Amino acid sequence: MSHPTAEHLDQQARAKLTELDATARALTPKDRMAIPPQEMPSQAPAVRRGNMQEVATGYSAAQARLEAMRCLQCKNAPCVKGCPVAIDIPRFVKAVADGRNADAIAVIRETSLLPAVCGRVCPQETQCQEPCTLGKALKNVDRSVSIGRIERYVADLERESGQMRAPAIKPATGRKVAVIGSGPAGVTVAADLRREGHDVVIFEAFHKPGGVLIYGIPEFRLPKRIVQQEVDALVAMGVKLETNYVVGRTRRLQDLLDQDGFDAVFVGTGAGLPKFMNIPGENLVGVFSANEYLTRANLMRAYDGQRAHTPMYPSRKVAVLGGGNVAMDAARMAVRLGAEEVHLVYRRTEVEMPARTEEVAHAKEEGVIFHMLQNAVRILGDANDCVQKMECLRYELGAPDASGRRSPVPIQGSEFLMDVDTVIVAIGNESNPLIKQTTAGLVTDKYGHITVDETAKTSLSRVYAGGDIVLGAATVILAMGEGRRAAAAIHEMLGKLPPKKQAAAAK
Amino acid sequence: MNRVVSKKQLSAEVFRFEVEAPLIARERRAGQFVIIQVDQNWGERVPLTIADADAQAGTITLIFQTVGRTTHLLAEKNVGDSIAAVLGPLGQPTHIERFGHVVCVGGGIGVAPLHPIVQAMKAAGNQVSVIIGARNQSLLIMEEEMRRAADEVIVVTDDGSYGRKALVTQPLKELCEGTPKPACVVAIGPPIMMKFCAETTRPFGIMTLVSLNTIMVDGTGMCGGCRVTVGGKTRFVCVDGPEFDGHQVDFDNMMKRLRAYKGREDVDHHQCHLEIEASRLQSKA
Repeated sequence: MSHPTAEHLDQQARAKLTELDATARALTPKDRMAIPPQEMPSQAPAVRRGNMQEVATGYSAAQARLEAMRCLQCKNAPCVKGCPVAIDIPRFVKAVADGRNADAIAVIRETSLLPAVCGRVCPQETQCQEPCTLGKALKNVDRSVSIGRIERYVADLERESGQMRAPAIKPATGRKVAVIGSGPAGVTVAADLRREGHDVVIFEAFHKPGGVLIYGIPEFRLPKRIVQQEVDALVAMGVKLETNYVVGRTRRLQDLLDQDGFDAVFVGTGAGLPKFMNIPGENLVGVFSANEYLTRANLMRAYDGQRAHTPMYPSRKVAVLGGGNVAMDAARMAVRLGAEEVHLVYRRTEVEMPARTEEVAHAKEEGVIFHMLQNAVRILGDANDCVQKMECLRYELGAPDASGRRSPVPIQGSEFLMDVDTVIVAIGNESNPLIKQTTAGLVTDKYGHITVDETAKTSLSRVYAGGDIVLGAATVILAMGEGRRAAAAIHEMLGKLPPKKQAAAAK
Repeated sequence: MNRVVSKKQLSAEVFRFEVEAPLIARERRAGQFVIIQVDQNWGERVPLTIADADAQAGTITLIFQTVGRTTHLLAEKNVGDSIAAVLGPLGQPTHIERFGHVVCVGGGIGVAPLHPIVQAMKAAGNQVSVIIGARNQSLLIMEEEMRRAADEVIVVTDDGSYGRKALVTQPLKELCEGTPKPACVVAIGPPIMMKFCAETTRPFGIMTLVSLNTIMVDGTGMCGGCRVTVGGKTRFVCVDGPEFDGHQVDFDNMMKRLRAYKGREDVDHHQCHLEIEASRLQSKA
């Protein structure tokens, strides 16, 4: 099967549009259901294996409009309920179908802050597109309206036009909020509170803002310039950004409230300590957490061996352990960094894989070799402690566990060896311990996740939290949803604080 | 931000910088470190221990040896130049209490981070003996500062060019054999030195702290690159350390992990010296 070019997909869409526009009557649901789902144009696998550029290149105008015309505009709009920030999806999709792209982005911006990001990295097939009536009618979620791709199209159109409008800022309230971490949760809180007229300072430990969008998600899935532009927009709104500042160490959280004049703090410090398998050989040279591997390649830009000072370990045969999006990112990054063989090892089957279908398909197209129902039990090294082989065990699926997934059961005596020089462990994260270690009275659960109430408030007065530090490993859009909820609660709380002068006098 | 306010070359490849970093200067405690980066876009993040700090002046003192590209580029900075990023103070501070007799052992560049620990141990009311060592006299650093801070200073060199011709483990063993034996030993230096200090004190059952300087990327508990095996368990130097019980650390594995990028480092080291030489010749011409 040859890879369809963007031009070919566009031509097909144009032809179909011409045909539909020639129809004198309004489109019936039956007409809409007959419109072919629009495929996302992408770089050919053989080409993209050798570059860092974005894999999916985005719909053409004709494709976006045609895809939007597939929407049945059903009254109950189940898609909206599937969206963590409840974007008015039928309304923005209708605008695109009508050719009113500027209206479409305005609708999205009513509730979502990062459409260009979410259009790319949201798991739409389990959120808005999962309950889509069209997908249900066609008995295939992959044939639902591609809401995410349309969202991305209008967001990109807006950004590339240079017409991004800065939202209106309400008059200054004199209140000051510290946001710890500049990932999806943090930037959402910052934007929402700044809009309400509060002073906002974001503290970021890294030298560049964006959190997981910068260090974790690779360039080929989310170009860094898009994240940078979103952050630039925040700064243009008057949000202050302090990089190389690690709250808990550079300054304690409580000091921000007690001494530095902040009225509230939002903790959005994200995922922390990488989980390892706890198997022998895991500290050999050539074993990495996916966090480290991706941070070196993405944030530190080690993919450019000539210019970057941060080195990448020279890998020929790589094994990635895990089945989530991060595992796919790591495997696909290893392909691009020139590994001869990249193996993905997962102990269940593809059906149970938490990774998005699209990422799995992309990884396969790029030559990642999938090993299902297998897991590493031991990593073996040479005399210099460098990884040489990995011992694996085969599994079969047993009875469903508490999560409803069928749990893998090892097959006795099925051990075998795999020749590898690099092992990347991508099985998730524990929570970051820094804030907990340095903040007295902050309640966390046994996993170290910060405990919050329904308004995102922590056990400490005027301290709120959201994103992965509360949820564990979640998604960009869920973190944004949490951030939005926290921002609303913080805004309400700030409104109830006694006026500043009185508060000072009361001290 | 992060302006270099003073610079001194201590030996062929060792430099002492005072850097403006008021928040870090105020918060840092003995035993902590910073992560620096010399180029915002392409720089590597490298952990360096804090040798001293002046909270009043808002400066921290960094003493470093030129090893890879970053430390070479850092050494090229002059007074008034800025360092792109200085993050910290990171890691758990040294546990300071009144132990009684404390022996602090520093080797090579490890003498620098040992200094604030010596000061803090002394301030807590301990009797502090210091052993400092280097390959030769020209590589020995901070003897004067140590003499001011400690009750006793023993200097050794591998080649006998200064002080006693011995390895640091020899006077350490002698002190351990004294009565009463020391209550606590702190050893900071090359991994091999720390390993043998731990082996020296092990038969005496003396608590021995070592400060590990592993490869790090973020330094805040996210990447796991700094992990070491301590007592059979994986620990993270950046958030659990940098100090650990020397009797529990798997030094052999740590030393091998430190060599992960050795090939690249050697090339960079050589390349940096060529570039430094070239720029010197150019400025002369």
